[in-house]
Amino acid sequence: MVQTKASAGFKAGVQDYALTYYTPDYTPKDTDLLACFRMTPQPGVPPEEAAAAVAAESSTGTWTTVWTDGLTDLDRYKGRCYDVEAVPGEDNQYFCFVAYPLDLFEEGSVTNILTSLVGNVFGFKALKALRLEDIRFPVALVKTFQGPPHGISVERDHLNKYGRPLLGCTIKPKLGLSAKNYGRAVYECLRGGLDFTKDDENINSQPFMRWRDRFLFVQEAIEKAQAETNEVKGHYLNVTAATCEEMMKRAEFAKEIGTPIIMHDFLTGGFTANTTLAKWCRDNGVLLHIHRAMHAVIDRQRNHGIHFRVLAKCLRLSGGDHLHSGTVVGKLEGEKGITMGFVDLMREDYVEEDRSRGIFFTQDWASLPGVMPVASGGIHVWHMPALVEIFGDDSCLQFGGGTLGHPWGNAPGATANRVALEACVQARNEGRDLMREGGDIIREACKWSPELAVACELWKEIKFEFEAVDTL
Amino acid sequence: MKTLPKERRYETLSYLPPLSDQQIVRQIDYMLAQGFIPAIEFEEDPAPDCHHWTLWKLPLFDARTSNDVLAEVRECRQEYSNCYIRVIGFDNIKQCQTVSFIVYKPGTGTVRY
Repeated sequence: MVQTKASAGFKAGVQDYALTYYTPDYTPKDTDLLACFRMTPQPGVPPEEAAAAVAAESSTGTWTTVWTDGLTDLDRYKGRCYDVEAVPGEDNQYFCFVAYPLDLFEEGSVTNILTSLVGNVFGFKALKALRLEDIRFPVALVKTFQGPPHGISVERDHLNKYGRPLLGCTIKPKLGLSAKNYGRAVYECLRGGLDFTKDDENINSQPFMRWRDRFLFVQEAIEKAQAETNEVKGHYLNVTAATCEEMMKRAEFAKEIGTPIIMHDFLTGGFTANTTLAKWCRDNGVLLHIHRAMHAVIDRQRNHGIHFRVLAKCLRLSGGDHLHSGTVVGKLEGEKGITMGFVDLMREDYVEEDRSRGIFFTQDWASLPGVMPVASGGIHVWHMPALVEIFGDDSCLQFGGGTLGHPWGNAPGATANRVALEACVQARNEGRDLMREGGDIIREACKWSPELAVACELWKEIKFEFEAVDTL
Repeated sequence: MKTLPKERRYETLSYLPPLSDQQIVRQIDYMLAQGFIPAIEFEEDPAPDCHHWTLWKLPLFDARTSNDVLAEVRECRQEYSNCYIRVIGFDNIKQCQTVSFIVYKPGTGTVRY
Protein backbone atom coordinates (compact mmCIF):
# COMPACT_ATOMS: atom_id res chain seq x y z
CA MET A 1 0.00 0.00 0.00
CA VAL A 2 1.21 3.51 -0.79
CA GLN A 3 2.22 5.40 2.34
CA THR A 4 0.63 8.82 2.44
CA LYS A 5 3.21 10.27 4.83
CA ALA A 6 5.42 12.82 3.06
CA SER A 7 8.99 11.52 2.98
CA ALA A 8 10.63 14.91 2.45
CA GLY A 9 9.76 16.56 5.76
CA PHE A 10 7.03 19.11 6.46
CA LYS A 11 5.70 21.20 3.60
CA ALA A 12 3.11 23.81 4.61
CA GLY A 13 0.13 24.56 2.39
CA VAL A 14 -3.25 23.42 1.16
CA GLN A 15 -3.35 20.05 -0.61
CA ASP A 16 -6.08 18.52 -2.73
CA TYR A 17 -8.00 16.16 -0.48
CA ALA A 18 -8.35 13.71 -3.36
CA LEU A 19 -4.65 12.92 -3.25
CA THR A 20 -4.96 11.46 0.23
CA TYR A 21 -8.58 10.55 0.82
CA TYR A 22 -9.92 9.30 -2.53
CA THR A 23 -8.79 5.67 -2.86
CA PRO A 24 -11.03 3.86 -5.37
CA ASP A 25 -8.85 0.72 -5.18
CA TYR A 26 -9.42 0.26 -1.47
CA THR A 27 -11.38 -2.80 -0.37
CA PRO A 28 -13.20 -2.06 2.90
CA LYS A 29 -12.31 -4.27 5.83
CA ASP A 30 -14.88 -6.16 7.90
CA THR A 31 -13.90 -3.97 10.83
CA ASP A 32 -14.35 -0.66 8.99
CA LEU A 33 -17.34 1.52 9.70
CA LEU A 34 -18.90 2.32 6.31
CA ALA A 35 -20.99 5.35 5.47
CA CYS A 36 -22.95 6.38 2.41
CA PHE A 37 -23.46 10.11 1.86
CA ARG A 38 -25.66 11.76 -0.74
CA MET A 39 -23.51 14.63 -1.84
CA THR A 40 -24.33 17.75 -3.87
CA PRO A 41 -21.03 19.52 -4.71
CA GLN A 42 -20.89 23.24 -5.42
CA PRO A 43 -20.77 23.97 -9.15
CA GLY A 44 -17.31 23.35 -10.54
CA VAL A 45 -16.14 21.04 -7.73
CA PRO A 46 -15.31 17.57 -9.13
CA PRO A 47 -17.24 14.81 -7.32
CA GLU A 48 -14.07 12.86 -6.43
CA GLU A 49 -12.55 15.93 -4.78
CA ALA A 50 -15.77 16.68 -2.90
CA ALA A 51 -16.08 13.04 -1.82
CA ALA A 52 -12.49 13.00 -0.63
CA ALA A 53 -13.18 16.17 1.32
CA VAL A 54 -16.12 14.46 3.01
CA ALA A 55 -13.91 11.52 3.97
CA ALA A 56 -11.21 13.88 5.22
CA GLU A 57 -13.38 16.29 7.16
CA SER A 58 -15.28 13.48 8.84
CA SER A 59 -12.08 11.73 9.92
CA THR A 60 -8.51 12.97 10.24
CA GLY A 61 -8.35 15.91 7.86
CA THR A 62 -7.97 19.63 8.42
CA TRP A 63 -8.13 22.20 5.62
CA THR A 64 -4.39 22.75 5.62
CA THR A 65 -1.36 20.59 6.33
CA VAL A 66 -0.05 20.72 9.93
CA TRP A 67 3.35 19.57 11.12
CA THR A 68 1.90 17.29 13.79
CA ASP A 69 0.46 15.14 10.95
CA GLY A 70 4.02 13.89 10.74
CA LEU A 71 3.77 12.35 14.20
CA THR A 72 0.84 10.10 13.30
CA ASP A 73 0.27 7.12 11.08
CA LEU A 74 -2.30 8.64 8.75
CA ASP A 75 -2.97 5.35 6.95
CA ARG A 76 -4.16 3.86 10.16
CA TYR A 77 -6.65 6.62 10.90
CA LYS A 78 -7.83 8.27 7.72
CA GLY A 79 -11.32 7.82 6.29
CA ARG A 80 -11.21 6.67 2.67
CA CYS A 81 -13.69 7.42 -0.02
CA TYR A 82 -13.70 4.14 -1.93
CA ASP A 83 -16.58 4.74 -4.33
CA VAL A 84 -18.56 7.56 -5.92
CA GLU A 85 -21.75 6.91 -7.89
CA ALA A 86 -23.99 9.40 -9.65
CA VAL A 87 -27.50 9.31 -8.11
CA PRO A 88 -29.84 8.01 -10.84
CA GLY A 89 -32.21 10.67 -12.13
CA GLU A 90 -30.43 13.57 -10.40
CA ASP A 91 -28.33 16.24 -12.00
CA ASN A 92 -25.54 16.93 -9.59
CA GLN A 93 -25.92 14.40 -6.78
CA TYR A 94 -23.58 11.56 -5.93
CA PHE A 95 -23.56 8.68 -3.49
CA CYS A 96 -20.17 8.79 -1.83
CA PHE A 97 -19.01 5.73 0.11
CA VAL A 98 -16.50 6.19 2.90
CA ALA A 99 -14.70 3.57 5.00
CA TYR A 100 -13.53 4.60 8.48
CA PRO A 101 -11.01 2.54 10.44
CA LEU A 102 -12.37 1.11 13.70
CA ASP A 103 -9.75 2.92 15.78
CA LEU A 104 -11.32 6.29 15.00
CA PHE A 105 -14.16 5.59 17.41
CA GLU A 106 -14.59 5.22 21.12
CA GLU A 107 -16.25 1.97 22.15
CA GLY A 108 -19.94 2.15 23.01
CA SER A 109 -20.42 5.82 22.11
CA VAL A 110 -22.99 6.88 19.52
CA THR A 111 -22.17 10.45 20.50
CA ASN A 112 -18.58 9.96 19.40
CA ILE A 113 -19.50 8.32 16.08
CA LEU A 114 -21.92 11.07 15.12
CA THR A 115 -19.56 13.83 16.19
CA SER A 116 -17.08 12.49 13.65
CA LEU A 117 -19.39 11.54 10.83
CA VAL A 118 -21.83 14.41 10.87
CA GLY A 119 -19.80 17.07 12.64
CA ASN A 120 -18.09 19.90 10.74
CA VAL A 121 -18.42 18.24 7.36
CA PHE A 122 -22.07 19.25 6.92
CA GLY A 123 -21.11 22.91 6.81
CA PHE A 124 -18.26 22.32 4.40
CA LYS A 125 -18.10 25.10 1.78
CA ALA A 126 -17.28 22.94 -1.24
CA LEU A 127 -20.63 21.20 -0.77
CA LYS A 128 -24.02 22.62 -1.50
CA ALA A 129 -25.74 19.88 0.49
CA LEU A 130 -24.93 16.60 2.16
CA ARG A 131 -27.07 13.80 3.53
CA LEU A 132 -25.95 10.77 5.49
CA GLU A 133 -27.99 7.94 3.96
CA ASP A 134 -26.74 4.88 5.80
CA ILE A 135 -24.03 3.52 8.09
CA ARG A 136 -22.71 -0.04 8.30
CA PHE A 137 -21.60 -0.65 11.88
CA PRO A 138 -18.98 -3.39 11.93
CA VAL A 139 -19.69 -6.28 14.30
CA ALA A 140 -16.52 -5.40 16.20
CA LEU A 141 -18.06 -2.04 17.07
CA VAL A 142 -21.63 -3.32 17.58
CA LYS A 143 -20.28 -5.65 20.25
CA THR A 144 -19.15 -2.67 22.34
CA PHE A 145 -22.78 -1.53 22.76
CA GLN A 146 -25.41 -2.86 25.13
CA GLY A 147 -28.24 -1.78 22.82
CA PRO A 148 -31.93 -2.06 23.75
CA PRO A 149 -32.41 -2.74 27.48
CA HIS A 150 -34.67 -5.74 26.80
CA GLY A 151 -35.64 -6.15 23.16
CA ILE A 152 -38.83 -7.44 21.61
CA SER A 153 -38.96 -11.02 22.85
CA VAL A 154 -38.03 -10.16 26.45
CA GLU A 155 -40.60 -7.35 26.46
CA ARG A 156 -43.27 -9.83 25.36
CA ASP A 157 -42.28 -12.18 28.16
CA HIS A 158 -42.52 -9.32 30.69
CA LEU A 159 -45.94 -8.35 29.38
CA ASN A 160 -47.34 -11.84 28.82
CA LYS A 161 -48.54 -10.79 25.34
CA TYR A 162 -47.89 -12.91 22.25
CA GLY A 163 -48.97 -13.36 18.67
CA ARG A 164 -50.38 -9.90 18.05
CA PRO A 165 -49.25 -6.27 17.77
CA LEU A 166 -49.44 -4.27 20.99
CA LEU A 167 -51.95 -1.44 21.29
CA GLY A 168 -51.31 2.02 22.64
CA CYS A 169 -52.65 5.55 22.78
CA THR A 170 -51.21 8.98 23.53
CA ILE A 171 -53.22 10.86 26.14
CA LYS A 172 -54.68 14.14 24.86
CA PRO A 173 -55.01 17.08 25.11
CA LYS A 174 -51.25 17.13 25.11
CA LEU A 175 -50.99 20.02 27.56
CA GLY A 176 -53.12 21.29 30.41
CA LEU A 177 -54.68 18.26 32.12
CA SER A 178 -54.23 18.02 35.88
CA ALA A 179 -52.49 14.90 37.14
CA LYS A 180 -55.69 13.39 38.50
CA ASN A 181 -57.70 14.03 35.34
CA TYR A 182 -54.82 12.63 33.35
CA GLY A 183 -54.82 9.48 35.47
CA ARG A 184 -58.51 8.99 34.75
CA ALA A 185 -57.95 9.22 31.00
CA VAL A 186 -55.20 6.58 31.35
CA TYR A 187 -57.38 4.27 33.43
CA GLU A 188 -60.29 4.45 30.98
CA CYS A 189 -58.04 3.60 28.02
CA LEU A 190 -56.34 0.71 29.76
CA ARG A 191 -59.50 -0.85 31.15
CA GLY A 192 -60.96 -0.78 27.63
CA GLY A 193 -58.28 -3.11 26.35
CA LEU A 194 -55.18 -1.12 25.41
CA ASP A 195 -51.81 -2.45 26.53
CA PHE A 196 -50.19 0.95 26.89
CA THR A 197 -50.92 4.61 27.11
CA LYS A 198 -48.29 7.25 26.49
CA ASP A 199 -47.21 10.64 27.76
CA ASP A 200 -47.10 13.18 25.01
CA GLU A 201 -43.49 14.11 24.26
CA ASN A 202 -43.84 17.64 25.55
CA ILE A 203 -45.29 16.48 28.86
CA ASN A 204 -42.31 16.72 31.19
CA SER A 205 -43.06 18.57 34.43
CA GLN A 206 -44.97 21.76 33.80
CA PRO A 207 -46.85 23.96 36.25
CA PHE A 208 -50.23 22.37 35.40
CA MET A 209 -48.97 18.84 36.12
CA ARG A 210 -45.73 18.14 37.96
CA TRP A 211 -44.04 14.85 37.14
CA ARG A 212 -44.37 13.22 40.53
CA ASP A 213 -48.12 13.79 40.75
CA ARG A 214 -48.54 12.43 37.23
CA PHE A 215 -46.47 9.34 37.99
CA LEU A 216 -48.53 8.49 41.07
CA PHE A 217 -51.97 9.00 39.52
CA VAL A 218 -50.94 7.10 36.41
CA GLN A 219 -49.55 4.20 38.40
CA GLU A 220 -52.80 3.96 40.34
CA ALA A 221 -54.64 3.88 36.99
CA ILE A 222 -52.37 1.10 35.71
CA GLU A 223 -52.88 -1.02 38.80
CA LYS A 224 -56.64 -0.56 38.82
CA ALA A 225 -56.98 -1.37 35.12
CA GLN A 226 -54.73 -4.38 35.53
CA ALA A 227 -56.78 -5.76 38.43
CA GLU A 228 -60.00 -5.16 36.55
CA THR A 229 -59.05 -6.61 33.16
CA ASN A 230 -56.63 -9.25 34.41
CA GLU A 231 -54.08 -8.16 31.77
CA VAL A 232 -50.68 -6.48 32.15
CA LYS A 233 -50.88 -2.73 31.56
CA GLY A 234 -48.37 0.08 31.23
CA HIS A 235 -47.97 3.79 30.57
CA TYR A 236 -44.85 5.35 29.06
CA LEU A 237 -43.90 7.76 31.84
CA ASN A 238 -41.80 10.43 30.16
CA VAL A 239 -38.62 10.99 32.18
CA THR A 240 -37.07 13.40 29.66
CA ALA A 241 -35.79 16.32 31.72
CA ALA A 242 -33.53 19.34 31.70
CA THR A 243 -30.57 17.55 33.27
CA CYS A 244 -29.39 13.95 33.41
CA GLU A 245 -29.62 14.05 37.20
CA GLU A 246 -33.27 15.06 37.04
CA MET A 247 -33.96 12.42 34.37
CA MET A 248 -32.44 9.71 36.55
CA LYS A 249 -34.35 10.96 39.60
CA ARG A 250 -37.64 10.54 37.73
CA ALA A 251 -36.59 7.13 36.41
CA GLU A 252 -35.69 5.96 39.91
CA PHE A 253 -39.06 7.08 41.22
CA ALA A 254 -40.87 5.33 38.36
CA LYS A 255 -39.13 2.10 39.28
CA GLU A 256 -39.84 2.59 42.97
CA ILE A 257 -43.59 2.77 42.37
CA GLY A 258 -43.36 -0.35 40.18
CA THR A 259 -44.19 1.04 36.76
CA PRO A 260 -43.20 -1.28 33.89
CA ILE A 261 -42.10 1.22 31.20
CA ILE A 262 -40.68 4.73 30.95
CA MET A 263 -40.05 7.02 28.03
CA HIS A 264 -37.32 9.27 26.63
CA ASP A 265 -36.88 11.62 23.68
CA PHE A 266 -33.56 10.56 22.21
CA LEU A 267 -32.86 13.48 19.87
CA THR A 268 -33.83 16.43 22.04
CA GLY A 269 -32.44 14.65 25.12
CA GLY A 270 -29.30 13.58 23.30
CA PHE A 271 -27.50 10.28 22.78
CA THR A 272 -25.38 10.52 25.92
CA ALA A 273 -28.46 10.87 28.12
CA ASN A 274 -30.23 8.16 26.15
CA THR A 275 -27.44 5.63 26.50
CA THR A 276 -27.17 6.33 30.22
CA LEU A 277 -30.89 5.78 30.64
CA ALA A 278 -30.91 2.62 28.50
CA LYS A 279 -28.18 1.06 30.62
CA TRP A 280 -30.04 1.96 33.78
CA CYS A 281 -33.22 0.42 32.31
CA ARG A 282 -31.52 -2.93 31.75
CA ASP A 283 -30.02 -2.90 35.21
CA ASN A 284 -33.39 -2.11 36.75
CA GLY A 285 -35.80 -4.13 34.60
CA VAL A 286 -37.73 -1.14 33.27
CA LEU A 287 -38.79 -1.08 29.60
CA LEU A 288 -37.81 2.00 27.57
CA HIS A 289 -40.02 3.69 25.00
CA ILE A 290 -38.25 6.16 22.70
CA HIS A 291 -39.89 9.15 21.09
CA ARG A 292 -38.24 10.98 18.17
CA ALA A 293 -39.18 14.68 18.49
CA MET A 294 -37.00 16.82 16.18
CA HIS A 295 -36.33 13.99 13.73
CA ALA A 296 -38.00 15.70 10.78
CA VAL A 297 -35.69 18.69 11.22
CA ILE A 298 -32.82 16.31 10.59
CA ASP A 299 -34.25 13.75 8.18
CA ARG A 300 -36.89 15.43 6.04
CA GLN A 301 -34.81 17.04 3.27
CA ARG A 302 -33.85 14.63 0.52
CA ASN A 303 -30.51 16.21 -0.18
CA HIS A 304 -29.37 17.37 3.25
CA GLY A 305 -29.31 16.03 6.78
CA ILE A 306 -29.42 12.47 8.09
CA HIS A 307 -31.84 9.80 6.90
CA PHE A 308 -34.04 8.39 9.67
CA ARG A 309 -32.65 4.88 9.05
CA VAL A 310 -29.34 6.16 10.40
CA LEU A 311 -31.00 7.71 13.45
CA ALA A 312 -32.90 4.45 14.01
CA LYS A 313 -29.72 2.38 13.77
CA CYS A 314 -27.97 4.76 16.17
CA LEU A 315 -30.88 4.39 18.59
CA ARG A 316 -30.62 0.60 18.43
CA LEU A 317 -27.00 0.92 19.52
CA SER A 318 -27.71 3.58 22.15
CA GLY A 319 -30.67 1.61 23.50
CA GLY A 320 -34.45 1.68 23.46
CA ASP A 321 -37.13 -1.02 23.43
CA HIS A 322 -39.63 0.95 21.30
CA LEU A 323 -39.06 3.58 18.62
CA HIS A 324 -41.55 5.57 16.57
CA SER A 325 -41.29 4.67 12.90
CA GLY A 326 -44.25 6.29 11.15
CA THR A 327 -47.47 4.56 10.12
CA VAL A 328 -46.99 3.96 6.38
CA VAL A 329 -50.72 3.61 5.74
CA GLY A 330 -51.97 5.99 3.12
CA LYS A 331 -48.49 6.60 1.79
CA LEU A 332 -47.08 5.72 -1.61
CA GLU A 333 -45.50 2.34 -2.28
CA GLY A 334 -41.95 3.70 -2.56
CA GLU A 335 -42.08 5.32 0.82
CA LYS A 336 -43.61 2.21 2.34
CA GLY A 337 -40.66 0.14 1.14
CA ILE A 338 -38.21 2.60 2.64
CA THR A 339 -40.03 2.70 5.96
CA MET A 340 -40.19 -1.08 6.15
CA GLY A 341 -36.48 -1.12 5.27
CA PHE A 342 -35.58 0.73 8.45
CA VAL A 343 -38.20 -1.16 10.43
CA ASP A 344 -36.26 -4.31 9.49
CA LEU A 345 -33.05 -2.58 10.58
CA MET A 346 -34.71 -1.94 13.95
CA ARG A 347 -35.97 -5.43 14.67
CA GLU A 348 -34.11 -8.07 12.61
CA ASP A 349 -30.75 -9.56 13.51
CA TYR A 350 -29.30 -9.59 10.00
CA VAL A 351 -30.42 -7.30 7.18
CA GLU A 352 -29.18 -7.61 3.60
CA GLU A 353 -28.29 -4.66 1.38
CA ASP A 354 -31.33 -3.65 -0.66
CA ARG A 355 -31.15 -0.35 -2.53
CA SER A 356 -34.85 -0.48 -3.41
CA ARG A 357 -35.59 -0.15 0.31
CA GLY A 358 -32.83 2.38 0.95
CA ILE A 359 -30.54 -0.14 2.63
CA PHE A 360 -27.05 0.58 1.31
CA PHE A 361 -25.17 -1.91 3.47
CA THR A 362 -25.72 -5.38 4.83
CA GLN A 363 -25.95 -5.00 8.61
CA ASP A 364 -25.16 -7.78 11.04
CA TRP A 365 -26.40 -6.86 14.52
CA ALA A 366 -24.69 -9.83 16.14
CA SER A 367 -27.59 -10.65 18.52
CA LEU A 368 -28.12 -7.08 19.71
CA PRO A 369 -31.77 -7.07 20.89
CA GLY A 370 -34.41 -5.73 18.48
CA VAL A 371 -36.37 -2.48 18.80
CA MET A 372 -40.15 -2.60 18.47
CA PRO A 373 -41.44 -0.14 15.86
CA VAL A 374 -44.27 2.13 16.99
CA ALA A 375 -46.83 3.29 14.42
CA SER A 376 -48.59 6.33 15.78
CA GLY A 377 -50.61 9.27 14.56
CA GLY A 378 -53.71 9.82 12.44
CA ILE A 379 -54.81 6.19 12.41
CA HIS A 380 -58.15 4.61 13.36
CA VAL A 381 -60.01 1.29 13.25
CA TRP A 382 -60.35 1.25 9.46
CA HIS A 383 -56.57 1.31 9.15
CA MET A 384 -56.20 -1.78 11.33
CA PRO A 385 -56.11 -4.44 8.58
CA ALA A 386 -53.38 -2.59 6.66
CA LEU A 387 -51.36 -1.94 9.83
CA VAL A 388 -51.46 -5.60 10.91
CA GLU A 389 -50.50 -6.70 7.40
CA ILE A 390 -47.65 -4.22 7.01
CA PHE A 391 -46.10 -4.23 10.48
CA GLY A 392 -46.85 -7.78 11.61
CA ASP A 393 -46.99 -8.88 15.23
CA ASP A 394 -43.79 -7.26 16.50
CA SER A 395 -45.05 -3.70 16.53
CA CYS A 396 -46.97 -1.28 18.69
CA LEU A 397 -49.95 0.43 17.06
CA GLN A 398 -50.98 3.69 18.70
CA PHE A 399 -54.38 5.20 18.17
CA GLY A 400 -54.59 8.59 19.94
CA GLY A 401 -57.57 10.40 18.46
CA GLY A 402 -58.69 6.98 17.24
CA THR A 403 -59.26 5.95 20.89
CA LEU A 404 -60.06 9.18 22.74
CA GLY A 405 -62.29 10.47 19.95
CA HIS A 406 -64.76 7.58 20.26
CA PRO A 407 -68.30 8.96 20.82
CA TRP A 408 -68.70 6.87 24.00
CA GLY A 409 -65.31 7.77 25.49
CA ASN A 410 -61.90 6.23 26.06
CA ALA A 411 -62.81 2.75 27.32
CA PRO A 412 -65.25 1.86 24.53
CA GLY A 413 -62.79 3.49 22.09
CA ALA A 414 -60.06 1.21 23.36
CA THR A 415 -62.31 -1.84 23.10
CA ALA A 416 -63.18 -0.93 19.50
CA ASN A 417 -59.49 -0.92 18.61
CA ARG A 418 -58.74 -4.13 20.49
CA VAL A 419 -61.67 -5.95 18.86
CA ALA A 420 -60.59 -4.71 15.41
CA LEU A 421 -57.01 -5.81 16.11
CA GLU A 422 -57.96 -9.29 17.28
CA ALA A 423 -60.43 -9.76 14.43
CA CYS A 424 -57.61 -8.93 11.99
CA VAL A 425 -55.11 -11.24 13.71
CA GLN A 426 -57.62 -14.09 13.75
CA ALA A 427 -58.49 -13.56 10.08
CA ARG A 428 -54.85 -13.33 9.01
CA ASN A 429 -54.05 -16.56 10.83
CA GLU A 430 -57.00 -18.21 9.12
CA GLY A 431 -55.40 -17.35 5.79
CA ARG A 432 -57.54 -14.39 4.79
CA ASP A 433 -56.00 -11.51 2.84
CA LEU A 434 -56.12 -8.42 5.07
CA MET A 435 -55.39 -5.95 2.29
CA ARG A 436 -58.25 -7.24 0.14
CA GLU A 437 -60.79 -8.37 2.75
CA GLY A 438 -59.90 -5.95 5.56
CA GLY A 439 -63.10 -3.93 5.24
CA ASP A 440 -65.24 -7.08 5.41
CA ILE A 441 -63.36 -8.38 8.43
CA ILE A 442 -63.99 -5.13 10.32
CA ARG A 443 -67.65 -5.03 9.26
CA GLU A 444 -68.17 -8.63 10.40
CA ALA A 445 -66.80 -7.77 13.87
CA CYS A 446 -69.10 -4.73 14.04
CA LYS A 447 -72.05 -7.15 14.11
CA TRP A 448 -71.20 -8.38 17.59
CA SER A 449 -69.19 -5.43 18.99
CA PRO A 450 -71.29 -2.29 19.48
CA GLU A 451 -68.15 -0.34 20.47
CA LEU A 452 -66.54 -1.11 17.13
CA ALA A 453 -69.75 -0.43 15.22
CA VAL A 454 -69.93 3.08 16.68
CA ALA A 455 -66.26 3.75 15.86
CA CYS A 456 -66.77 2.56 12.29
CA GLU A 457 -69.74 4.84 11.98
CA LEU A 458 -67.75 7.89 13.09
CA TRP A 459 -64.60 7.27 11.08
CA LYS A 460 -65.47 6.39 7.52
CA GLU A 461 -63.05 4.47 5.38
CA ILE A 462 -60.69 7.47 5.00
CA LYS A 463 -57.56 7.40 2.90
CA PHE A 464 -54.65 9.80 3.37
CA GLU A 465 -52.99 10.65 0.07
CA PHE A 466 -50.02 13.01 0.11
CA GLU A 467 -47.04 13.20 -2.19
CA ALA A 468 -44.16 11.20 -0.71
CA VAL A 469 -41.20 13.31 0.37
CA ASP A 470 -38.96 10.33 0.98
CA THR A 471 -38.22 8.60 -2.30
CA LEU A 472 -34.91 7.30 -3.52
CA MET B 1 -74.09 5.78 24.64
CA LYS B 2 -73.02 2.84 26.80
CA THR B 3 -70.65 2.38 29.71
CA LEU B 4 -68.11 -0.36 29.10
CA PRO B 5 -68.79 -3.15 31.64
CA LYS B 6 -65.92 -4.46 33.77
CA GLU B 7 -64.70 -7.76 32.37
CA ARG B 8 -61.69 -9.97 32.93
CA ARG B 9 -59.70 -10.80 29.82
CA TYR B 10 -57.08 -13.37 28.96
CA GLU B 11 -54.88 -11.72 26.35
CA THR B 12 -54.73 -12.53 22.63
CA LEU B 13 -58.11 -13.39 21.08
CA SER B 14 -59.91 -12.85 24.39
CA TYR B 15 -61.81 -9.86 22.94
CA LEU B 16 -63.45 -12.14 20.39
CA PRO B 17 -66.48 -14.37 20.96
CA PRO B 18 -65.33 -17.75 22.37
CA LEU B 19 -63.56 -19.74 19.65
CA SER B 20 -65.31 -22.83 18.29
CA ASP B 21 -63.22 -25.98 17.92
CA GLN B 22 -63.13 -25.30 14.18
CA GLN B 23 -61.70 -21.81 14.81
CA ILE B 24 -59.16 -23.20 17.27
CA VAL B 25 -58.02 -25.69 14.64
CA ARG B 26 -57.41 -22.91 12.12
CA GLN B 27 -55.28 -20.95 14.60
CA ILE B 28 -53.25 -24.08 15.30
CA ASP B 29 -52.83 -24.72 11.57
CA TYR B 30 -51.30 -21.27 11.24
CA MET B 31 -48.97 -21.91 14.15
CA LEU B 32 -47.80 -25.23 12.76
CA ALA B 33 -47.30 -23.67 9.31
CA GLN B 34 -44.95 -21.12 10.95
CA GLY B 35 -42.93 -23.98 12.40
CA PHE B 36 -43.82 -23.19 15.99
CA ILE B 37 -44.01 -25.88 18.66
CA PRO B 38 -47.47 -26.02 20.25
CA ALA B 39 -48.18 -26.55 23.93
CA ILE B 40 -51.17 -26.27 26.24
CA GLU B 41 -51.31 -24.48 29.59
CA PHE B 42 -54.07 -24.29 32.19
CA GLU B 43 -54.62 -22.37 35.42
CA GLU B 44 -57.52 -22.09 37.81
CA ASP B 45 -57.36 -18.40 38.67
CA PRO B 46 -54.50 -16.77 36.77
CA ALA B 47 -53.32 -13.29 37.78
CA PRO B 48 -52.17 -10.93 35.00
CA ASP B 49 -48.52 -11.24 35.98
CA CYS B 50 -48.68 -15.03 36.26
CA HIS B 51 -46.24 -15.94 33.48
CA HIS B 52 -46.26 -19.68 33.91
CA TRP B 53 -49.56 -21.48 33.84
CA THR B 54 -49.34 -25.19 34.53
CA LEU B 55 -48.15 -27.09 31.49
CA TRP B 56 -50.41 -29.85 30.16
CA LYS B 57 -48.05 -32.82 29.72
CA LEU B 58 -45.10 -31.56 27.61
CA PRO B 59 -44.92 -29.31 24.53
CA LEU B 60 -46.35 -31.26 21.60
CA PHE B 61 -43.11 -31.68 19.68
CA ASP B 62 -44.56 -34.56 17.69
CA ALA B 63 -47.85 -32.92 16.71
CA ARG B 64 -48.27 -33.31 12.95
CA THR B 65 -51.77 -31.95 12.52
CA SER B 66 -53.91 -29.40 14.26
CA ASN B 67 -56.28 -32.20 15.24
CA ASP B 68 -53.49 -33.82 17.28
CA VAL B 69 -53.30 -30.57 19.26
CA LEU B 70 -57.06 -30.16 19.48
CA ALA B 71 -57.36 -33.68 20.93
CA GLU B 72 -55.05 -32.61 23.74
CA VAL B 73 -57.04 -29.39 24.28
CA ARG B 74 -60.19 -31.48 24.62
CA GLU B 75 -58.57 -33.88 27.04
CA CYS B 76 -57.24 -30.98 29.13
CA ARG B 77 -60.65 -29.28 29.05
CA GLN B 78 -62.30 -32.45 30.28
CA GLU B 79 -59.88 -33.00 33.11
CA TYR B 80 -59.59 -29.33 34.16
CA SER B 81 -62.99 -27.90 33.28
CA ASN B 82 -62.65 -25.46 36.19
CA CYS B 83 -59.51 -23.90 34.65
CA TYR B 84 -58.65 -21.38 31.97
CA ILE B 85 -56.86 -23.03 29.07
CA ARG B 86 -54.60 -21.44 26.47
CA VAL B 87 -52.63 -22.76 23.53
CA ILE B 88 -49.11 -21.41 23.33
CA GLY B 89 -46.32 -21.75 20.78
CA PHE B 90 -42.54 -21.75 20.89
CA ASP B 91 -40.07 -20.72 18.20
CA ASN B 92 -36.93 -22.76 18.76
CA ILE B 93 -34.96 -20.72 16.19
CA LYS B 94 -35.60 -17.36 17.86
CA GLN B 95 -35.59 -19.29 21.15
CA CYS B 96 -38.65 -17.66 22.62
CA GLN B 97 -42.40 -17.98 23.03
CA THR B 98 -44.28 -16.46 20.11
CA VAL B 99 -47.91 -17.52 20.50
CA SER B 100 -50.54 -17.57 23.21
CA PHE B 101 -54.30 -17.50 22.84
CA ILE B 102 -57.15 -18.40 25.09
CA VAL B 103 -59.22 -21.44 24.08
CA TYR B 104 -61.37 -22.10 27.14
CA LYS B 105 -62.84 -20.01 29.94
CA PRO B 106 -64.88 -21.75 32.62
CA GLY B 107 -68.37 -20.31 33.18
CA THR B 108 -68.34 -18.08 30.10
CA GLY B 109 -72.07 -17.40 30.32
CA THR B 110 -71.48 -14.02 31.98
CA VAL B 111 -69.11 -12.64 29.34
CA ARG B 112 -70.49 -10.52 26.49
CA TYR B 113 -67.86 -11.55 23.97
